[in-house]
Amino acid sequence: MDFHFHRHDRTHFLIFLTMALPVMVPPPTESATSIVYFDDVSLHFGDTPGLDHVSFEMKAGETRVLFGAAGAGKTTLLKVALGLLKPDSGHVYLFGQEISNLKEQDLFDLRARIGILFQEGGLFDSLDIEENVAYPLLNQRVLQTAGATSDGSTKTVEERVLEALNFVELGQTLEKFPSELSGGMRRRVGIARAVVTLPALLLYDSPTAGLDPITANTIIALLLKEREIRNTATVMVTHRYLDGHLMANFRYNSSSGKVERAPNVAEESATVKFFVMNEGRLVFDGSEAELQAAQDPYVRKFLRHGSS
Amino acid sequence: MLDFLKAPVEKFQDFILLTFRAILNIFRSPHYADDIFQQMDIIGVGSLPIVILIGFVSGVIMAMQMARALTQYGAQGQVGEIVSVALVRELGPLLTALLVAGRTSSGIASEIGSMKVTEQLDAMRALGTDPIQKLVTPRLIATAFVLPLLTIISDFIGVIGGFFIAYYQLNIPGSQYWTAAWQVLEWNDLTQGLLKPLVFAIVIAMVGCFYGMRTSGGTQGVGKATTTAVVVADIWIFIFTAMIGRIFLFF
Repeated sequence: MDFHFHRHDRTHFLIFLTMALPVMVPPPTESATSIVYFDDVSLHFGDTPGLDHVSFEMKAGETRVLFGAAGAGKTTLLKVALGLLKPDSGHVYLFGQEISNLKEQDLFDLRARIGILFQEGGLFDSLDIEENVAYPLLNQRVLQTAGATSDGSTKTVEERVLEALNFVELGQTLEKFPSELSGGMRRRVGIARAVVTLPALLLYDSPTAGLDPITANTIIALLLKEREIRNTATVMVTHRYLDGHLMANFRYNSSSGKVERAPNVAEESATVKFFVMNEGRLVFDGSEAELQAAQDPYVRKFLRHGSS
Repeated sequence: MLDFLKAPVEKFQDFILLTFRAILNIFRSPHYADDIFQQMDIIGVGSLPIVILIGFVSGVIMAMQMARALTQYGAQGQVGEIVSVALVRELGPLLTALLVAGRTSSGIASEIGSMKVTEQLDAMRALGTDPIQKLVTPRLIATAFVLPLLTIISDFIGVIGGFFIAYYQLNIPGSQYWTAAWQVLEWNDLTQGLLKPLVFAIVIAMVGCFYGMRTSGGTQGVGKATTTAVVVADIWIFIFTAMIGRIFLFF
């Protein structure tokens, strides 16, 4: 007896499969340009909501500035986006691929396309700066098989590490250990480690937290510089309104090497959107102008904090 | 009704899962040979001085205390047998494991715990490394390899300690002591004497790693994880030594 499907049967079978497994249906967006897509994502830590029905979409070249009080779920959102935490419900898509049910080994390949700066830097104490920055190049399976170069260039790991450290102006610290550096320098090494793989998405978790205003502005200048050179999709978590304001209105001038007000602010700020989170919920999603016009007292707190 | 059991059962399940994954990882690439050797150095070579010292002292104490009891029966000539059996079967593995647990479980828990609270474990996962493969499995392999070796050294040094008492205090000829100590040992004694450290090694490494990876609450949490790891490892060592000892009584 012949058990092979006829073409007609196969079509029916596929339609049946699609109906039977709604989770396999791709997200209702153009996945080609969608970098991150959260579809009604919730995550609870016991009774505390980490994320509460969060939905948003982010496309290539966009910048998101995420405000929120401590414990509002900002870091949780980044960790869910990276697949470090699994949502209780909802779907998370990275580069068009649903990640909520992916195995850790498969997630590594997707994470190789993401650069992250952790709140405390997340540098490995036991490794020196050079080894820290080289870590993703030497350990990401995808990058190893691609000869450590996702952009097709033939640079060695050492050259790329030096380039990333020169980018954050710390090229002279290769041999030092994280404990020998100041807080701001550690944060800059964290940025170098995040950008060394030339990722398609950058996640910055409170890059300016705990730094003095001058150092904080230096860090933001670096983020602007990265955006100017590679225009990577970026999510930045911050407490300072000024950080978001700088991201939306300023640009890095690569010829003068300085940060300056963007000549066409409307164009610059069109790609920069603001989120405000409260107790796991996204309570605001819009442009800077909309943020300034917001009436919600919780949202306005961040504006007042920034202007004071 | 049985809600109070939920948390400990869940914890035990997590522990078993972690142990299972750490053991499975031994057969999976990538292998971090450098980390294994580094841990062997820290755990094995690092513990050697204290293991030798305690091994020697325990042999001396055994011989001294037993000699008194044996003299009452005029059997002090058999002190070599008693020291040898007690050390190889029970005291060598137990004392060595307790010492190494004090050093290693706490060390592992505090190291991994600090990495957890400073987001280094998250960073590891974000940068393409499985923390179980990179941190837990090398510590498990290293401990499982060095603890039986440390136990053998401790046993031997302990018997030497007993010899000093037998020879200088009890005036037993060296050949008599060593012959008794050697001939009394059976395969049963050696098997349990080497099986125990292997089981203890899994307990020491896995309890340290488990509490390290569960650390929360900043530096205070690291301190708590460290203390808990040592206490829990010690308790399980006592439970396992009783269980294994009982099982071997059947043979």
